[in-house]
Amino acid sequence: MSAPKLIQGYEVVIGFETHAQLSTQSKIFSRAPTAFGAEPNTQACPVDLALPGTLPVMNKGAVERAIEFGLAVNSTIAPRSIFARKNYFYPDLPKGYQISQYEIPVVQGGVVEFYLGDEKKSVRLVRAHLEEDAGKSLHEDFVGQSGIDLNRAGTPLLEIVTEPDMRSSDEAVAYAKELHKIVTWIGICDGNMQEGSFRCDANVSVRKPGGPLGTRREIKNLNSFKFMQQAIDFEIRWQIEEIEDGRAIQQATVLFDPDTGETRAMRTKEDAADYRYFPDPDLPPLAIAPEWVERVRSEMAELPRVMAARFVKDYGLPEYDATTLTQSKAMAAYFEEAAKASGQAKLASNWIMGEVSRRINAEGVAIEAARVTASGLARLIQRIADGTISNNAARQVFDVLWSGDGADVDAIIESKGLKQMSDTGALEKIIDEVIAANPDNVAQFKAGKDKAFNALVGQAMKASKGKANPAQVNELLRRKLGA
Amino acid sequence: MKALHEQSLAELALTLRDKEISAVELAKHFLARGAAHEGLGAYLAVNEEVTLAQAAEADARLAKGDRATLLGVPVAHKDIFVTKDFASTAGSKMLENYRSPFDATVVSRLAAAGMVTLGKLNCDEFAMGSSNENSAYKPVKNPWDTSRIPGGSSGGSAVAVAARLAPAATGTDTGGSIRQPASFCGVTGIKPTYGRASRYGMIAFASSLDQAGPMARSAEDCALMLWAMCGPDPDRDSTSLELLPEDFSKTLGASIECLRIGMPKEFFGEGLAPDVRSAIDGALKEYVKLGAKIVEVSLPRTELAIPVYYIIAPAEASSNLSRFDGVKFGHRAKQYGDLLDMYKKTRAEGFGDEVKRRIMIGTYVLSHGYYDAYYLQAQKIRRMIADDFQNAFKQCDVIAGPVAPTVAWKLGEHGNDPLADYLADIFTLPGSLAGLPGMSIPCGFGAGGMPVGLQLLGNYFAEGKLLNAAHRFQQATDFHLRRPEGF
Repeated sequence: MSAPKLIQGYEVVIGFETHAQLSTQSKIFSRAPTAFGAEPNTQACPVDLALPGTLPVMNKGAVERAIEFGLAVNSTIAPRSIFARKNYFYPDLPKGYQISQYEIPVVQGGVVEFYLGDEKKSVRLVRAHLEEDAGKSLHEDFVGQSGIDLNRAGTPLLEIVTEPDMRSSDEAVAYAKELHKIVTWIGICDGNMQEGSFRCDANVSVRKPGGPLGTRREIKNLNSFKFMQQAIDFEIRWQIEEIEDGRAIQQATVLFDPDTGETRAMRTKEDAADYRYFPDPDLPPLAIAPEWVERVRSEMAELPRVMAARFVKDYGLPEYDATTLTQSKAMAAYFEEAAKASGQAKLASNWIMGEVSRRINAEGVAIEAARVTASGLARLIQRIADGTISNNAARQVFDVLWSGDGADVDAIIESKGLKQMSDTGALEKIIDEVIAANPDNVAQFKAGKDKAFNALVGQAMKASKGKANPAQVNELLRRKLGA
Repeated sequence: MKALHEQSLAELALTLRDKEISAVELAKHFLARGAAHEGLGAYLAVNEEVTLAQAAEADARLAKGDRATLLGVPVAHKDIFVTKDFASTAGSKMLENYRSPFDATVVSRLAAAGMVTLGKLNCDEFAMGSSNENSAYKPVKNPWDTSRIPGGSSGGSAVAVAARLAPAATGTDTGGSIRQPASFCGVTGIKPTYGRASRYGMIAFASSLDQAGPMARSAEDCALMLWAMCGPDPDRDSTSLELLPEDFSKTLGASIECLRIGMPKEFFGEGLAPDVRSAIDGALKEYVKLGAKIVEVSLPRTELAIPVYYIIAPAEASSNLSRFDGVKFGHRAKQYGDLLDMYKKTRAEGFGDEVKRRIMIGTYVLSHGYYDAYYLQAQKIRRMIADDFQNAFKQCDVIAGPVAPTVAWKLGEHGNDPLADYLADIFTLPGSLAGLPGMSIPCGFGAGGMPVGLQLLGNYFAEGKLLNAAHRFQQATDFHLRRPEGF
């Protein structure tokens, strides 16, 4: 691992807490639906409203999703975990307490691995625990009053907590993206950040290298990767300035304002509530038998890191390619189809990471919406591999495929006349003519200037209207020039 | 024909089936008795229309030949159970006129069995109290001596049964709230094993202790009621046990020859009033006559049950009662400034003194820095108390002793001394903390002619054994048939 990058002589330390909303149909402790965007208070049953006499009953689907997550990040699944009550008063908290896990969480330990550029990073997880979401207070639509919408109350969340392992905003964002990839890949969370399905809190502090950890401030509710980076960068600069100006950092919870690009303290440690956690007597300990874990494991889709390892092993891809291609299930599937159909895994990888990615990024669409299908790409790759067309010609074919002006690779090659010259006689004639027409270059080449050789290759390619195979041109030229 | 209000549940069911009387007439009979003795303060809510409609439905089922055991038999519910058809107040101003959109599981099970609801019964506010003086609405008077308390918190239930205003009632027991008023009013009550009855729809006081149970005139009646009330409720209450309903009537009458009755020596110490002691001694002698063997056992942490209970129960209560914040339902202060002010005024106005006291105690023991010393320590001792019982049950089949150290005291006697009330719970708290089933059966009379109850405690799921032991006693004695004068 390279030494951490310092900012004005300070090392940045970042830890994350992420709330991933679990993709269950019903709530974590009631049978009310979890769908987003319904009319206020239409998706809250007596349990969600905390009506007298109601009791929580654990949704097994939420537990299974927590187990899936734990397995995906190599955590320990606690055979017995405890639900606790976090007590505080707030109008959108119907029971006056939130049911969460405190001392013994369901998912313990684990690691999230990802690439930051070419460097492999790993962030250790402390834990992931199940808890219920609160409702929402609506202040806009009411004059002198607040509305309460309890549709979200009781929505299952998995709170994923890291060690303070990240050393830059880039690394923090890369971690968040990787985590996002994992939860959406295994399908436990829809990952919709606008709707609040994946919310990150970043604990940020700075210190002199080798010194004790600095006091942290927690940036709450970062709901886009862009704001995440801006907020953390601002917070780092702010903290360093404070320290440089001789002011100590106070532990605080802060909010990021996208309009000003600044973070602003909500509350400091002094106002921290005493939540009076205690085990919820309404819920017995959550017992997870090894058989349950194994059943979940056997029903899980192949994990990205497992799939990446398989790509390295089965297709001989470099690790970097394999990791990149397993950014999403759809991309991995696209690659596998193209690789299998063409029999050219590395070429397929190059094309997907190159041309295909460039196009979809430019259009801002997912790979599912790529206008060249995996089988179309495979056909194209086959034509490169068998020498029918050059890479340059292939790009032209790809353009046609993408624009939708043609769908049959061979027909496009034919109609555009992109087939490489395979007639050695014709090529020899062209090369003889080029040698004859460029005596200066020939002389310079013979005097030892390689540049002159490239010029001759260029002339030959031009004369062939791009249809010559550059490798073949090279070879013939060298032979004829006696090199 | 025996007076309707003197008939057992089984007799009433038969009377109805034989068409000697209709369920509507039967309900009217008890409603009339309730109205005539309104001064006892037993009922908080009655609704003749609703009751008679339920009775008419039972009559229709009877006419169709439905032979459900309790069909058409009236019952009244402690106002801690939520009901669609009656307001559910938990004896608190906080829930004045509160209407639940659903029935408690216990209520709906009894309704499904065909029982007709007479109304809702008075209790200590949120079931917190031993005298029923903590009801926000009115005190309940003991029919044996109306200057005395009926016990609590299920005081209304005990009085309704004792004064024959209802043939049976539901109660709840957190630290003795079924057994103690049953003892004070001379009725029979059973608190089952924690988890046997669903807590869904019981307004929570202390979740790890609260348990519903029947109160009636005999063990036989309690067996019928308990059978109908209990059963798994896994979709609504995670603490309800997967035990199939057991027909407790079937095991009544089994021999108790050689039944080993454990007498915990800690229950017979200095604090026990002589009049109570003598009634209990008499009962144990009766058991010996019936062939049982008395063995001395020890429950060494009996005294610790008081501090342990008064830490755990208030801790849970302080959290359970947080939902009463004026936001969604129940009382909200009329005048307030900001949100915090609304919370403060709402709760200051809505809760009575004892509830506030317990919320404060509970909040304190859960607070940062005190949790380990109080709550955690209490949980450890709670486990030891449960272990003590398991040791005792190696030597005996059931445990017998007093329910309370004295007979019912005078209204206002404990005045502003909540500790006096707390200490009087000493014999019921250990069984509650251990989650064991426990009963109170009338076994004699003490000072002032007040009833004395014998407490029987059994091991987990031993309700059948307890009910049989109680039944055999009641076959040989008539304390449970005695009736306060004027009722």
